[in-house]
Amino acid sequence: MTVHRGPVPTADDGEPRFSTWTGKARGWALRRLPPDKLLPEDQPSYVSSWIYVFGMGAVAAFAYILGSGAVLALNGPTWFHASAFGRFINSTHLWSVELFFMFMVIHLWGKFWMAAWRGGRVLTWITGMLAFVVSIVTAFTGYLLQTNFDSQWIAFQAKDALNAVGVGAWFNVADLGQILMWHITLLPLAVAAIVALHVVLVRMHGVVPPLEAAASDAQLRSTAPNPATESEDTK
Amino acid sequence: MLGIRQADAGMPDTGIYFQWGDFLIQFGNLVVIATMVVLFILALVLPFPGRRSRK
Repeated sequence: MTVHRGPVPTADDGEPRFSTWTGKARGWALRRLPPDKLLPEDQPSYVSSWIYVFGMGAVAAFAYILGSGAVLALNGPTWFHASAFGRFINSTHLWSVELFFMFMVIHLWGKFWMAAWRGGRVLTWITGMLAFVVSIVTAFTGYLLQTNFDSQWIAFQAKDALNAVGVGAWFNVADLGQILMWHITLLPLAVAAIVALHVVLVRMHGVVPPLEAAASDAQLRSTAPNPATESEDTK
Repeated sequence: MLGIRQADAGMPDTGIYFQWGDFLIQFGNLVVIATMVVLFILALVLPFPGRRSRK
């Protein structure tokens, strides 16, 4: 392990020079996402539009889904199927999912017609698409957990398709316990990880400007050129 | 007959359906889609509060 006494050594351009993998990782992360970009104090004026609200609306709905889902999981089905308050929380869990999907779809429409993959934002677009697809699978497992004839009907309609593509053993829609575990552990973790990566990528590249914004717009020019992202931004 | 009502057995209500030729949609799904379209249009045309005071 390298022990530094005194100031951190720097390269000719003033950038800190790290010798350990932890230091190099920190340097890489700081170049990619400096704290003022991760938690900015202001946004360009074009963000002052309702169409930019729906992404964060979807994140807010997702936060409620996770919170209400945790309450449902901790209290169990005899609570959320039998008691009035349990049924209420169960219903708000469903309705926050409805809001999550509605906000996500409006966000998708807005970004599609804004060509939001511009300016090196391809991975942001792809993670958004992945979040949508994995959310659909998560919501599907939620419908399978109603423990009524509706969920039985959905499961037995879906099983042949899932068996045909060879995932029936690991994703057996007729196995309530297995689907419950998918719904409350793996899939929420996957959605949360993808959404977190999506938001971090938005912070790294900035909010996409409208199509009509001129390339000479002062708000679109970085005050301090970032060599780590400059090559990607010109793609 | 089994002697129990559909709702008592946990059977979902079949709901209301609209059909135009080959296109068939359940009323609830149509409401959700229409709401999304309305919200999308409103988001484009409604002014955002405090817009002029922003940088």
